[in-house]
Amino acid sequence: MDSVKIEVKNLTKVFGKNVNDALELSKKNKSKDEIMKKTKSTVAVNNVNFSIYEGEIFVIMGLSGSGKSTLIRLFNRLIEPTAGSIILDGQDISKLAKKDLLEVRRHKMSMVFQNFALFPHRTILDNTSYGLEIRGIDLPERNTIAEKALEQAGLLAYKDQYPHQLSGGMQQRVGLARALANDPEILLMDESFSALDPLIRRDMQDELMELQDKVKKTIVFITHDLNEALKIGDRIAIMKDGEIIQIGTGEDILTNPANDYVCRFVEGVDRTRILSVEHIMSRPHAIINTNKAGIHTAMNQMLHNDNSYLLLTNSQHEFLGYIIDKDTALVIKRKGVAASYQDVVKKNLYTVSFDTPIPKVYKYLLSQELPVVVLEGKKIRGIITRRSIIELLSAVNAPAISEVEAV
Amino acid sequence: MSSILSVFPQLPIADVVEKLTASLTVSGGWFFHGVQVAGSTLTDGITEFLQAVPPVAFILIVVAASYAITRKNKNRILPIFVALGLLLIYNQQLWSPFIDTLSLIILSSLLSILIGVPLGILMSKSNRVQTVITPILDFMQTMPAFVYLIPAVAFFGIGVVPGVFASIIFALPPTVRLTNLGIRQVPQELIEAAEAFGSTEWQKLLKVDLPIARSTIMAGINQTIMLSLSMVVIASMIGAPGLGRDVLSALQRAQVGNGFVAGLGIVVLAIIIDRFAQKLNKKGS
Repeated sequence: MDSVKIEVKNLTKVFGKNVNDALELSKKNKSKDEIMKKTKSTVAVNNVNFSIYEGEIFVIMGLSGSGKSTLIRLFNRLIEPTAGSIILDGQDISKLAKKDLLEVRRHKMSMVFQNFALFPHRTILDNTSYGLEIRGIDLPERNTIAEKALEQAGLLAYKDQYPHQLSGGMQQRVGLARALANDPEILLMDESFSALDPLIRRDMQDELMELQDKVKKTIVFITHDLNEALKIGDRIAIMKDGEIIQIGTGEDILTNPANDYVCRFVEGVDRTRILSVEHIMSRPHAIINTNKAGIHTAMNQMLHNDNSYLLLTNSQHEFLGYIIDKDTALVIKRKGVAASYQDVVKKNLYTVSFDTPIPKVYKYLLSQELPVVVLEGKKIRGIITRRSIIELLSAVNAPAISEVEAV
Repeated sequence: MSSILSVFPQLPIADVVEKLTASLTVSGGWFFHGVQVAGSTLTDGITEFLQAVPPVAFILIVVAASYAITRKNKNRILPIFVALGLLLIYNQQLWSPFIDTLSLIILSSLLSILIGVPLGILMSKSNRVQTVITPILDFMQTMPAFVYLIPAVAFFGIGVVPGVFASIIFALPPTVRLTNLGIRQVPQELIEAAEAFGSTEWQKLLKVDLPIARSTIMAGINQTIMLSLSMVVIASMIGAPGLGRDVLSALQRAQVGNGFVAGLGIVVLAIIIDRFAQKLNKKGS
């Protein structure tokens, strides 16, 4: 954990025409705005220094335009650095010849992209084996390796499909499998979960952490979401205007913000993000589509899964109401085949919109046994149970939450 | 007013071009002669090969091929059209000129693709090349096609080769333009993905750029083929054989009927080639 894997020294990237002038100013610790005014050049990454340790998840967090996506591309030189060095295992990547750079990209670093970047003309298997293919590994061997990677991602069954046939979450699992198939030492993840919807994003974060426990890669993870950074990052670097303004563990950053900017960031993120129910809702399991399944199937499902209730939806995922096992059993006993949902459906359940602040849900949960349903328009997005609240309160970043409760 | 404008004497553009062409014809004589010989050998080869196939066999093969490519979507119109169209051409005594035209188109399209696709790739990889080539393509497309016939004759004499030469100049631009466009439209993230895994420039081109740009490139090639088909009549003015020559001679003798029949042959050929190209393109993607 303590040995340095990547060391970044005075790394700078300037876009524009007066690169040298801008570089001089950057060395004199001038800010991005000043340099822009004087040279009409944009300093995307401004004289950055830090180290990444072996086996850690290092999160670089910043808002759009902070230079984080440029920074991660300097690591594998998808963007050429203007000045400074990136030292990986004692080797300066910024000075590598083209041939050696290809070797580093092929064996040491793989990248996972924001919008998945799967090749539309290749099957899932051929996408996964792309890195192996260009290394010249022959077909049977690379298929074996790629199939293994897909199996670990739980996607082996889809290997002959094309990317557009898969959902976003599945596509990004393929993106990750493609990166892992190369068995790199370092994973570069550029906003890899940002394009996924919240439930899937949380699943993917969990999976990444589980995976990390097993494979122990060095992961550089870019995000604009503080919650994501806090959840998965061993250490977090906060970037603004091309500079890194604080590096530390999540705890450091929450309890000890380096300056006003970080402070406002932490506050702002807590109010708008942690507080909404979207972030603690879970996937409903006791749920049935009434357009597809009749009441007898529903009863059977409740018995089989030991549910005391079922949420009802139509094929558009719109929330219709719920049924209770006892009532349903009685109606089926009385009416037999003629029984229908109309006989037992109840509607007196609290529902909230997905952007409702969490404290508002407390009183609903106190007054009913069943979970609160989270809706987007009429569609079910998830449910909030008492357990989700308890889990939240006992979470690592408790200080932030208790502060929130007081609001 | 005219006195002010005529301060400058007339620029000798026509003379310069004339002299340039003349000196090129002399100094590059060996080159043009070589191309001429190679070109006619090639065309003769293709023509002789196609002529050697008995018309019945030829028609059967093309119908079978059209059946094969439309089998999936149960479209029976194309094979029927192909059969009737080719039988009509045979029936109208146009078989021999039909084959001549076909080999002219095959040769000029093949050469256009061989020149056009690599040129388009170069253009897509370098903004500088694009800035230089774009106006040349504009020039090639807007200059009336007849104008190309004059240097073509000067360089290559009369016959198939100058016809092919003029066809290529006229028909090349769409392939170049659309190859360039197709590759430039490959999403940035996919290019980054290819690079991030350590692809060489060639691997990136062959495994990512070209497959993704494929349908755009094919659209360009299809247009190129259609344009070279439309050059058939014009090329016949400098002695290229084929259906165009029949159209031309009908025009010179004011024979409406003969002109119509030969024109119909060109239309049939155009539709068959176009449908084949489109089907092949869709099939692969």
